[in-house]
Amino acid sequence: MEGVSKYLVKEKLIFLLAAVLLLVVAPLTLSGFRLNLLGKFLAFAILALGIDLIWGYTGILSLGHGVFFGLGAYCMAMYLKLEAAAGKLPDFMVWSGLNDLPWFWEPFRHAGFALGMAILLPVVLATILGFLTFRNRIQGVYFSILSQALAIIFTTLFIGQQKYTGGTNGLTNYKTILGYSLSSPVTQTVLYLITAVTLGWVYLLCRSMVKTRFGRVLMAIRDGENRARFTGYDPALYKVFIYAFSAGLAGLAGALFVTQVGIISPAMMGIVPSIEMAIWVAIGGRGTLVGAILGAILVNAAKSSLSEAFPSAWLFFIGALFVGVVIFFPEGIMGFLKSLSGQQRGKKYYGRLPQSILDMTKGGLGNGWHYSLLGKRHR
Amino acid sequence: MDTLLLQIFNGLSVSSILLLIALGLAITFGLMKVINMAHGELIMIGAYVAYVTQLFFIKYVSKEFFSFYFIVAIPLAFVVSALVGLLLENVLIRFLYGRPLDSLLATWGVSLILQQLARNIFGAPNVDVVSPSWLNGGLRITAGLQLPYKRLFIIAMVVFCIAGVYFFFYHTANGRKIRAVMQNREMAACLGIPTRKVDAYTFAFGSGLAGIAGCTLSLLGSIGPSLGTYYIVDAFMVVVLGGVGRLIGTVAGALSIGILNTALEFGTTATIGKVLVFSIVIAFLQWRPLGLFAIRSRALD
Amino acid sequence: MVKKRLFKRLTPALAITLSLGLLVSGCGATGAQSQNTAPSQASGDTIKVGILHSLSGTMAISEVSVKDAELMAIDEINASGGVLGKKVVPVIEDGASDWPTFAEKAKKLLQQDKVATIFGCWTSASRKAVLPVVEENNGLLWYPVQYEGLESSKNIVYTGAEPTEQIVPAVSWLLKNRGKDFYLLGSDYVFPRTANKIIKAQLKAEGGNLVGEEYTPLGHTDYSTIINKIKAAKPKVIFNTLNGDSNVAFFKQLRDAGITSKDITVMSVSVAEEEIRGIGAENMAGDLAVWNYFQTTNTPENKAFVEKYKAKYGNKRVTDDPIEAGYFGVYLWAEAVKKAGTTDVDKVREALKTGIEYKAPEGLVKIEPENQHTWKTVRIGEVQPDGMFKEIWSSGQPIKPNPYLKGLDWAKGL
Repeated sequence: MEGVSKYLVKEKLIFLLAAVLLLVVAPLTLSGFRLNLLGKFLAFAILALGIDLIWGYTGILSLGHGVFFGLGAYCMAMYLKLEAAAGKLPDFMVWSGLNDLPWFWEPFRHAGFALGMAILLPVVLATILGFLTFRNRIQGVYFSILSQALAIIFTTLFIGQQKYTGGTNGLTNYKTILGYSLSSPVTQTVLYLITAVTLGWVYLLCRSMVKTRFGRVLMAIRDGENRARFTGYDPALYKVFIYAFSAGLAGLAGALFVTQVGIISPAMMGIVPSIEMAIWVAIGGRGTLVGAILGAILVNAAKSSLSEAFPSAWLFFIGALFVGVVIFFPEGIMGFLKSLSGQQRGKKYYGRLPQSILDMTKGGLGNGWHYSLLGKRHR
Repeated sequence: MDTLLLQIFNGLSVSSILLLIALGLAITFGLMKVINMAHGELIMIGAYVAYVTQLFFIKYVSKEFFSFYFIVAIPLAFVVSALVGLLLENVLIRFLYGRPLDSLLATWGVSLILQQLARNIFGAPNVDVVSPSWLNGGLRITAGLQLPYKRLFIIAMVVFCIAGVYFFFYHTANGRKIRAVMQNREMAACLGIPTRKVDAYTFAFGSGLAGIAGCTLSLLGSIGPSLGTYYIVDAFMVVVLGGVGRLIGTVAGALSIGILNTALEFGTTATIGKVLVFSIVIAFLQWRPLGLFAIRSRALD
Repeated sequence: MVKKRLFKRLTPALAITLSLGLLVSGCGATGAQSQNTAPSQASGDTIKVGILHSLSGTMAISEVSVKDAELMAIDEINASGGVLGKKVVPVIEDGASDWPTFAEKAKKLLQQDKVATIFGCWTSASRKAVLPVVEENNGLLWYPVQYEGLESSKNIVYTGAEPTEQIVPAVSWLLKNRGKDFYLLGSDYVFPRTANKIIKAQLKAEGGNLVGEEYTPLGHTDYSTIINKIKAAKPKVIFNTLNGDSNVAFFKQLRDAGITSKDITVMSVSVAEEEIRGIGAENMAGDLAVWNYFQTTNTPENKAFVEKYKAKYGNKRVTDDPIEAGYFGVYLWAEAVKKAGTTDVDKVREALKTGIEYKAPEGLVKIEPENQHTWKTVRIGEVQPDGMFKEIWSSGQPIKPNPYLKGLDWAKGL
């Protein structure tokens, strides 16, 4: 019992430390530009938490999370665009030959509605898709590739419907949010703080989810879906819920992203960003919430600083980073830190990596390994 | 009438291209369960091999033989891509068997590196591969209907590759070994098959097929560092729709996507056509999650 | 014992804190550094300028060469003593063919590096992404590529053509010389759609005939179906606004389908010498393109420019319109700074408006004060078997830029 409470104390300590770092130290020390970048990374971290829930904890790899992120961002962007247009038609609609605002744009004049839709729309889409796919027991690689198709469909659709979505350009050139100028440093700092607080809140929410019985069912589904089913749980139901939840987080992240970055384009919904999102989580450490956050922040920070330092060769470094982490630190940064701190592999801690994941690091190819597609048990 | 006939031919032609790019993947992904995101870059390597061979012919071989560079380039593309595949397998993939997701992430990194490498070696702009003169023009059937030789050649190439793969897998000792290892690794190992070697050669074989695809596609498309990204998702779709692990499934998958795509594109626009095709694929997989030709298995997790 | 275990357990926490701290302080350090150097761009002995192009991703095929030309111009200026006696130092950033990245890097260049100006962008989308950033930070972007018009920002100088300097004269010429039946083919994004809207209005006004219009997703690789549609529509002219790699697939497959440049004239607006190298001259010989500059353009300045470019980057490299526009953009900026006596954006802009002229490789260019676009000569060229253009028509003198197509009756409804 003593160990547990000590562990909790430590976790609280880290949490508080991180909060102070993000809420006080960062705004005071960083330049406006760097703070803005960090804000973007924190928005990505919210998304990474969502991906970690479905992938790290439930074993479903979605390679179409960019879609949910993009939907959330677009909802918010529609509001910002309408506010920038100040009662007139947004500029891209004028070029595209529209005379009136389309009916579905109308309610996005209200910030509250836009933010609500930014979360609701991804949730609804994910529920429908998840309900169909998970009930039909589409699993593993099939689901991953299917979600890629989803990403292609949405990107192509958003590019093609230039009249309504702004086409390849996406939506950009906003002026104000709730009347406050987006270019002012104060607004940007407030937006950053909102993002940081939201991240903390989402982290606590996710943590409470995975600590409960619900979280254990998710992990049971990851480690042996049929066993969970035979024990009387309905995996499809759990999967749909967690998929929709994670889509909602992605939408929220998108809404926070667009206010700080000032642009959303269909490319953000595509396959490439979606794969990158999964990579953040993999590098941070699957199945650990802290890992997801760390991964999102560190990979993006690395990407930004490497591309600034080596504009013509940074892809080498990023590529090597992905390869290196997968080979040398299959459990990501968190796994690496744990091994540093002398933890034995597989010792149950907040990571709770299942035996199966540990097994696969040995590279064993047991009989029947070819059934062990994604998300199923790895042997 | 001519338009309709030509459209049917186009459907076949697009299917053949899809099949060509998916064939290598059907082996590395279908049989070996490695999600090789660098497959597109192996295709790119094949295309650059065609380019380099052409440069070599311009420089060292007399003009009248220039058209034959393509005949040389195809096996060369196979060999070079296979060697790259072999290298990839040895330094990376072999640590990732049984971890399809990790293989996806790592090979994604590899694909970034290979793209940047191509950019550094050959320059960022596209390069030009002059098609051999004997492939210019087309087979004139009626006044308005002309079937391009290049597309006919690609169809023939695919038929040849399929036949080759089939023969290799089902009628040679090495093919039998590969199938044995993929079906029951322990048993195969007990019978004295060097499974590590078989893994490596199988992956190299699949990669080599990607090289052939790249070399052949240089007839129709661009040759540049980002060439692979245009094909990779289509290739995965074909394999998944067809059913992972079945050659016949890949053929069927390519045919259905190719014909559907051209028909829908003709009826609507290229954009809507693409959206519809992918929607239909998603809908179809709801109905048959394991694709057109599924391997039946009693295994649970 | 307990202490030791506690320490061990705290290690990950420490590691995390350390790495986060490092990250933050690293950022802070660079931030502070550039803030310190900020005043030096005016008072020190160097002037920082930003170069923002896609060096990776799909757009790298075109943009890398423009970056090279801009760097060459900067080198030349430095070799001849720099600007205001100071050395010009380029800060290169990679837009990675991704529009939010363009916005981020532009912000970095302006806020972090405090550059005096930015040379960059290629696609309309990247310019639209950078536009709010340069406007908010009062930066100055030199945009070197032809585009769809209908834009004019005081923080952007457009050294490429707008529609009346490229598309509109080309359509008139085609109607007079090649035929009335037009087929419009473009990639699915803003430039082709807007360009085609202009073309359609012009066709209506000048007696042309639209027989088909088609858009393909960027990166589309199979044109057999579209070529079949074109065959069925029997146009005299294909007006091609495809971008990037799609052009390669389109031209190769068009020739295979047995359609030659004698059957249907293809007029391209996004295919220059650089792109022809990837398509293969044999696949394009006889087709047309409209630009303001060709490598073969006959001016003494161009001869010197091509020689220098090849000497610097290799004999196999070619120059083309956006490369040239990127190159003379740097010189125009330098001239303006010299005249203003400072790199301050507002003063440089004022200096630009006094009618600074520069003898560019394409001929005399100057900035129109009204809209900060460039006066340019329009040229139509025919692709030769060596991949170069032969000029077959030219406007003879620079045309006044008119990005909003003012004064054209048929363009009123646009």
